[in-house]
Amino acid sequence: MRDTFVKTLISLAKEDEKIELVTGDLGFGVLKPYFEQLPNQFTNAGIAEQNMTSLAAGMALEGKTVFTYSIGNFPTLRCLEQIRNDCAYHNANVKIVCVGGGFVYGSLGMSHHATEDIAVMRALPDVAVFAPGDLCEAEEITKAIANYEGTCYLRLGRGGEKRIHKEIKNFQIGKAINVKNGKDVAIFSTGAIFEEVEIACQILEEKGITTTVYTFPTVKPLDVKAILECADSHDLIVTCEEHNVVGGFGGAVAEVMAENPSKARLMRIGMSDEYCVKVGNQKYLRNEYGMSGEKIANKILEKIK
Amino acid sequence: MKSENLAWLIRRHGIEMTHLSGGSHIGAILSVADIMAVLYSEVLNFDCNNPKSDTRDRFILSKGHAGASVYAALAENGFFPVEELKTHYQNGSRLSGHVSHHLPGVDFSTGSLGHGLSAATGMAYAAKKDKKAHKVYVVLGDGECDEGSVWEAALFANHNELGNLVAVVDHNKMQSMDFCDKTMALSNFAAKWSAFGWNVIDINGNDHNELKNAFNKKFENSKPTVIIANTIKGYGISFMENDILWHYRFPHEGWEYDNAVLALHKNKPADVVDPYTPNGIENPAEIPDGADIYNDHTTSATWHPTWNKEG
Ligand SMILES: Cc1ncc(C[n+]2csc(CCOP(=O)(O)OP(=O)(O)O)c2C)c(N)n1
Ligand SMILES: [Mg+2]
Repeated sequence: MRDTFVKTLISLAKEDEKIELVTGDLGFGVLKPYFEQLPNQFTNAGIAEQNMTSLAAGMALEGKTVFTYSIGNFPTLRCLEQIRNDCAYHNANVKIVCVGGGFVYGSLGMSHHATEDIAVMRALPDVAVFAPGDLCEAEEITKAIANYEGTCYLRLGRGGEKRIHKEIKNFQIGKAINVKNGKDVAIFSTGAIFEEVEIACQILEEKGITTTVYTFPTVKPLDVKAILECADSHDLIVTCEEHNVVGGFGGAVAEVMAENPSKARLMRIGMSDEYCVKVGNQKYLRNEYGMSGEKIANKILEKIK
Repeated sequence: MKSENLAWLIRRHGIEMTHLSGGSHIGAILSVADIMAVLYSEVLNFDCNNPKSDTRDRFILSKGHAGASVYAALAENGFFPVEELKTHYQNGSRLSGHVSHHLPGVDFSTGSLGHGLSAATGMAYAAKKDKKAHKVYVVLGDGECDEGSVWEAALFANHNELGNLVAVVDHNKMQSMDFCDKTMALSNFAAKWSAFGWNVIDINGNDHNELKNAFNKKFENSKPTVIIANTIKGYGISFMENDILWHYRFPHEGWEYDNAVLALHKNKPADVVDPYTPNGIENPAEIPDGADIYNDHTTSATWHPTWNKEG
């Protein structure tokens, strides 16, 4: 996903010299093709994310489109007020890019788990929030945010290193993507957890349960219409995210459903408002915290039996 | 244990742990090994049977990515079995890549750079208020000193005359993608700390005598002290030294692992037993032609902006 982002950004930046990439001393190997081809549109701002973010705001207010780049929580939580006051409030063209949403850096420990970033970024007015579920979405979002006026947050995961969508026709900010239609349960996912949702769907289908699936590459603005349509036609809506259930994608869907009564019940799958204290790789942690394909399927079976 | 022996074991464990786990940051572990060894053999007051003892010295490894060095020092000092080191990074382990306080002997979790000096300052401030006699030690990276929070803590510690606070900067001149000077110059580094009011000791941080003298030095004032420990990233394994590749790369099976272990064995103190390969490596894999060794992997090697050139 990371490499798709970099590749896409290279082609965009070659066409638009206003695009700048500023890293917080991360991206060894990964950013090499970028800075070799676009040396004048690259900066390493060192290990200083607060400065990096306000610096990006300043550059943006002078006409540049600035992508800030780091991993985990460093480009977001570490410099939250800089994003709020300096980027969003000034409607600055800063695109915050996080590599490693969720448990990508599983074994590295709690500091490196980005499990509240969606909620926190979503709470800021004038920040559009994106979490691609596969390489196609990553590419489309990168193009879309480069052309979007204002502050954006792009959360890249790992996993989803395949193309799940065959193609995305007419990608639009704020539109969910329909993957398939069934009648028993509607599953909404955002980000790379999509690959676990696919596994869950297979398990459910083997048990005769048909699923409607949407991915939400945009968490904000949220596709309210897609949510309400599904809530009218399904008994159960399930949200999946590699993230805390509080305030994140599931929280966003819950807000919509609470204000628009329907026949559907909601189940949010994600971290249950806790920090991950276990050690292990991404797959292991997803399973430990109930987000593996199998655990997702079991939770759904439990709910509809 | 003698500090030289502990330093050797920290390096050997570091190689084994990153080798088994595919973990990063071996360069950072090797550069800080001597600092950690002197701290845990001669400086810190601790009790492995009572890790929370109120009179212990407090310690924070702020450059938390070198977690393996703390884990090794703690295991060798009886806080948990040395065997457990092999679980580093593994599913179900207690040893996350970055330092975790869910382990006996660890006072503070780190991993996001630029937090440790502030937390250590808080601990020292509380100790001073409560008239407690212990000291607080914290080890930072030099790249980490890019963070503004480091300097905010430096101001606070000076302002409150925290003579019970000792910071050590592992000054290996490198950070994550390049040398510090090619990223954000730290120019006049020692002078910066003095200007912030600190006692400054500038030493070779891979030399145990210099480290011991620095830790023993008493000042006739109540200022915090910083030891600028000039080190080499990757110290002790020549093909890793000063090569940023080894901030990320782990010693792979074959020539990388074999030659890393061999390099350590060349300088093994006679009374230390290697817990993994007691006899060294008998038939080491040869370095193949074209191996990516002694190459310049820094960003600035292939990043050539022209906007800042004249004309
Ligand atoms: C706030 C924050 N930003 C970025 C990182 C990623 N990172 C981990 S190690 C490192 C380089 C650290 O350099 P230095 O402090 O000099 O430590 P060394 O490895 O050289 O000992 C970076 C940028 C981080 N852990 N925390
Ligand atoms: Mg360094």
